[in-house]
Amino acid sequence: MTNRMFLHMASLLAILLSVASPAQAADKAIILQSTTSTANSGLYDHLLPLFTARTGITVHVVAVGTGQAIRNARNGDGDVLLVHAKAAEEKFVADGYGVERFDVMYNDFIIVGPASDPAMVGGSQDATAALKAIAKAKALFASRGDNSGTHKKELLLWTAAGVEPTAASGTWYRETGSGMGATLNVAAGMSAYALTDRGTWISFKNKGDAKIQVEGDAALFNQYGVMLVNPAKHPNVKAKWGQAFIDWILSEDGQAAIAAYNLGGKQLFFPNGSRGAS
Amino acid sequence: MPMLEAQAGTLHTMAVNRTQPGATMPLAVRGLVLDANGTRLLGPLDLTLSHGSLSVLMGPNGAGKSLLLRLLHGMIKPTSGEITWAGEPLNDDHRRRQAMVFQTPVLLRRSVAANIDFVLKQRGAAKYATRSGVLEKVGLQDKARQPARLLSGGEQQRLALARALATEPEVLFLDEPTASLDPASVLMIEEIVRAAQDQGTKVIFVTHDVGQARRLADEVIFLHRGHVLERTAAAQFFDTPNSHEAGEFLAGRIVL
Amino acid sequence: MQDFGQAFSLAFALVFSGDADLLEIIVLSLKVSLTAVGLSCAIGLPLGAGLAISRFPGRGVVLVVVNALMGLPPVVVGLMVYLTLSNAGPFGWLQLLYSPSAMIIAQTVLITPIIAALSTQVISDLHAEYAEQFRSLSVSPRHAVTALLWDARFSLMTVALAGFGRAVAEVGAVIIVGGNINHLTRVMTTAIALETSKGDLALALALGIVLMTIALVVTAMVMTMRRTATAYAYA
Repeated sequence: MTNRMFLHMASLLAILLSVASPAQAADKAIILQSTTSTANSGLYDHLLPLFTARTGITVHVVAVGTGQAIRNARNGDGDVLLVHAKAAEEKFVADGYGVERFDVMYNDFIIVGPASDPAMVGGSQDATAALKAIAKAKALFASRGDNSGTHKKELLLWTAAGVEPTAASGTWYRETGSGMGATLNVAAGMSAYALTDRGTWISFKNKGDAKIQVEGDAALFNQYGVMLVNPAKHPNVKAKWGQAFIDWILSEDGQAAIAAYNLGGKQLFFPNGSRGAS
Repeated sequence: MPMLEAQAGTLHTMAVNRTQPGATMPLAVRGLVLDANGTRLLGPLDLTLSHGSLSVLMGPNGAGKSLLLRLLHGMIKPTSGEITWAGEPLNDDHRRRQAMVFQTPVLLRRSVAANIDFVLKQRGAAKYATRSGVLEKVGLQDKARQPARLLSGGEQQRLALARALATEPEVLFLDEPTASLDPASVLMIEEIVRAAQDQGTKVIFVTHDVGQARRLADEVIFLHRGHVLERTAAAQFFDTPNSHEAGEFLAGRIVL
Repeated sequence: MQDFGQAFSLAFALVFSGDADLLEIIVLSLKVSLTAVGLSCAIGLPLGAGLAISRFPGRGVVLVVVNALMGLPPVVVGLMVYLTLSNAGPFGWLQLLYSPSAMIIAQTVLITPIIAALSTQVISDLHAEYAEQFRSLSVSPRHAVTALLWDARFSLMTVALAGFGRAVAEVGAVIIVGGNINHLTRVMTTAIALETSKGDLALALALGIVLMTIALVVTAMVMTMRRTATAYAYA
């Protein structure tokens, strides 16, 4: 390369770094690895400005499935993890990747389905019975199929119902391998049943003729947990600011802010934060 | 052509800084052979050219004129034989003191001036005086800012010639440079070439146009089927060529 | 489908309301993709030109590989860059993940093969014309590369445009390495993906219309320049 070309390259690299600067410039910032269900519901747009106003710490939310969020956090690509798959979260902490897990809030899952309700489960409060009926009727069911928190919950419910749905994969059981919203788009498009968290459903805009068919079962309880990524494992973790976020969201103020968030008059998440007693 | 006389005037002033004429001459070719895929294209061929005369390479189509020119200029490598310039095998230093003008000018997609500047930069610093001097020499000084590829055919070839002369070559090869040009352009190019020869550049000119050869040549090298049939002073060649083939060629008959 | 009409009116409303969030997303999209195109050209053009004029053993293999890399799926590129920039990866210490820089790197990896492969073709054609003249002038390979790149500049703008089109339209790579973080790494395509996942298809489509309009404007600008250049026989 000529010198001129080298200079050319150097200036381009300078541009790259100048574009990059926002990431570094916001010096008090943490990355929150979380789920699409919480982000898409708009909860963070409500919570985070309150937290930032109080502490001056910016929170960057990476919203992916719970499975991927935990994997990213294992790689140290995040400071705080807020997801909903308790068993996987406890394993994450037990393996030394997280410091300590706290319950933070809950909402519930619901089973949505087409208005025609081919499996005739509408109005039921028994999730396992409803799944049995869906399997028996071979009614279409759209599954996340992406190892997310919702997907794990769904698999637990199938096990409880004594059905092995993956045996029917590709027939009535459709694994989308996508996020909650994409799966709901599929469900609405092919008139399938689907398990979703209530928050995503309420804020979801492409419902078509689908509606809530099953709700109110204790088995559909959806617990969210929050934990700091272990700085002993990943020294880059911004432990102080991450801990500040956890402290705040578990505080009275934080919990009240969660309770205050509603969409169209409906409360989406119910705080049940507890320090240490998870 | 009064303009050409004016140009000849500038040519004399241009010649001051010229490197010593004939530093790479004489050219000696010994046993030169070029084969391709088992077919003999040229040679074996022996030839000695010296400084001071304008040599014209003539011969029917396929005689190997262009190939010989490219071999002398080092653009292609011979199968065997040797080419020496002033006793040394052809090297990069020799090549930098040579220039070639092709039948179809290859001009850069830039302005007329930028085409000259390109070669000047290859040979050191671009000097405005040099560029404008060279353009004046070929009568293109008024078109310096124009896109080179929008020039007429004759102007394009004059620019190619100007580009060759900008390197102040000791040897100038021309491969049928006027083959598809109008008579006025042909005449201008011949004048410029003749002027360059008079300034001390060794000109080796390929043509199959007998009239052009008659106007330009000091000596004629007649090629036929890859061999030099004769090398004769111009004064004698056009009246009494030594070879039968050259006679036929001059008489306008088809020579195979 | 009703969403189309809704999307068009929404797209107009979005653009003419001068929505600050939308503007931020558009500016970041352009910044990231144009920087990636710039870097890809800085790497890909000399590489392509070098490949076009050089002859070495294994050149054919290199050409096949470069051409095959044109079809790299964005998600695969995103994954590779993620694994490289992750804190658990070799370049985690740079702390570039989830930043616009990471997105630029991913898009650069994605489109450099496109720039290199297409410019090899363009430069080969031009070199076929210039080669003999350059050899006569003893032009060094380095100077030949610069001269060819300069003379092919208007054709190469179309090459850069192809790279830009690919970069600005891809979502797979930037969503993995950028994380689609609001006000930090959210670009047009990740915003479209997000609105789609929220089921707000009209808004997603409206953003898509804005993106297409931007691509259209950039393309029109390049084509106009090229047309002007052709009139001067510089292209």
